[in-house]
Amino acid sequence: MSVGSSDGPLAAVRRPFEGPNTMGNSPAFWLGFAVAVVALAALPVLFGLYAAEVGAVFLAYALLGMSLAFIWGYCGILSFGQVAFFGVAGYAFGIVAINAATLTGLTLALLAAIAVSTAFAAALGYFMFYGGVRDVYVTILTLVVALVLYTFMGQTAGGEWAIGDARLGGFNGMSGVPDLAVGIGSTGVEIGLLGHYYVTLGALVATYLGLRALVNSQFGYAMVATREDEDRTAMFGYDTTFIKLVVFTIGGAIAGLGGVLFTTQNNYVDPSVFGITAAALPVVWASVGGRTSLIGTVGAALAIQFVDYRLALSGSEWALVLIGSLLMFVVLVMPEGVAPRLHEYIVEYREDADPSPAPQEPPAATEEVGD
Amino acid sequence: MATSDPTVKTTPAVDETGDGSSRILQTRGLRKEFGGLTAIDDVDFALEQGELRCLIGPNGAGKSTFLNLLTGQLEPTAGEIYYDGTDITGLPSHERVDRGISMKFQVPSVYEGLTVAQNLRIPLQQIVEPDAFEDRTREILGRFDLLDQWETVAGALSHGQQQRLEIGMAMAMEPNLMLLDEPVAGLSVEETADIAELLREIADDDGVALIVIEHDIDFVETIADRVTVLDGGSIFREGSIEEIRTDPEVKRIYLGEDH
Repeated sequence: MSVGSSDGPLAAVRRPFEGPNTMGNSPAFWLGFAVAVVALAALPVLFGLYAAEVGAVFLAYALLGMSLAFIWGYCGILSFGQVAFFGVAGYAFGIVAINAATLTGLTLALLAAIAVSTAFAAALGYFMFYGGVRDVYVTILTLVVALVLYTFMGQTAGGEWAIGDARLGGFNGMSGVPDLAVGIGSTGVEIGLLGHYYVTLGALVATYLGLRALVNSQFGYAMVATREDEDRTAMFGYDTTFIKLVVFTIGGAIAGLGGVLFTTQNNYVDPSVFGITAAALPVVWASVGGRTSLIGTVGAALAIQFVDYRLALSGSEWALVLIGSLLMFVVLVMPEGVAPRLHEYIVEYREDADPSPAPQEPPAATEEVGD
Repeated sequence: MATSDPTVKTTPAVDETGDGSSRILQTRGLRKEFGGLTAIDDVDFALEQGELRCLIGPNGAGKSTFLNLLTGQLEPTAGEIYYDGTDITGLPSHERVDRGISMKFQVPSVYEGLTVAQNLRIPLQQIVEPDAFEDRTREILGRFDLLDQWETVAGALSHGQQQRLEIGMAMAMEPNLMLLDEPVAGLSVEETADIAELLREIADDDGVALIVIEHDIDFVETIADRVTVLDGGSIFREGSIEEIRTDPEVKRIYLGEDH
């Protein structure tokens, strides 16, 4: 378990984010990561404001994807309803923000939305895990929760479905959701279009680093052990039910953060965020990118949503067919996903090139730059 | 209860039950029903500290059910379990483990996707500080003859190595009581002899009490202090291996004609 190499002061900075539970632990990986972040940061400069507007939506999706990779890839909880937390946070933000569109109000709306999605995940997780729901039944139950929300929000078109000034709007959705802003009283910042892009990118990078530190911590080992064999792990004195609840709740909070950023980017949210297509997307991203690779899932979310967007622009109906085919291809050819497979190749390549014990190597840095 | 091995804690707290014995484990009227079937039928069982007890009996006698009741994976229908003098009947598995009960499953259930060192880290991080992981891992792997397998993915180990790793992981928890379900099933003669020696060491040097479910009566003879025979969910006989081996009733229900 010799952790890390001893190259320079950067090694100490890297250490909390590295370990056997993440694939990219080499200087080359972090270099690729830095390049990818810089490339993403340069996107509005290179391609203009409209690219930032579209890009911010993809980045919010990437947060949603990462929340699933975290709970599924690292703790074995396949939630088919991550969009439930994503959408609930979007609606919660809208309801508070429309009623209190001041700096303080919008700040509260952000906090309230994440609190609501977190509490929702905690409550759902509590009843599932302490009720003994496991494996595929978790998948079914979470999907059902998303679909119930879809149906419920769809029938809120009437005028009686309003909370203060915020009309839920049924399938027409809730429009007029204000932009993000942070502050108290009259001091603070309203986050405009460009700002919103960078806030979303910052949230994505910070969440990624935070999750990397978490999965390489002692708790991360407990998560992985629970994924591998829950009964066995309980016999080492771990409260696996509680571990799953904590993981699921964190996943709900991250999906909720994504949902807020998604809703404030569009200034709009409608029940399709809970629909079956939306619910399937995070599972596709994580399957294709590799559920055990946070960055692989992020890369897949960005790449797939970009392709989907381009196809939709050209008036093509083929986007979903293509995504479906891609999923089938990856599941059949590399069931563990693109990034873990790439990682294997790189490890093999390095072992061939250098017979001394090979360090671990990055997945998907290039994949991410591709956007 | 002195030990020659500094890696493993000894001297479990003594429970003076009043009759001069030091019982680590005791069950009273323990009973488990599955629907209409009584798998465990009013079992009163007691185990001394540092004792190695083998649990034998025909298939369906309730041996594994009994262990699962002790670990908390099953809830008893009636009765109590006392460990180290306290009633642990209602406690979940992980709290029993915290108190020093450790279990090795029938099938080797190491974490097949993790390396040997990562496998050991799962129990180790429960009881030692991170900076001690490496030293403790080295000690345990040395003791269980797995030092050169440090970075091997556990799924790639041989059956016997997996059994040793799993016992090593159980010992990493520094237990006072270890429960093993058929630790030598499917092992070669040499591997079986290795495990027998290890288990005797764990009882004699580390002072850990063990309950071992086993079918192989020769193996039982090699390791057991005492033997309990279960039949139909109740204790049929209890005694030294000689008493059990020569008991005609035990022969009839279990050992077969050739013994």
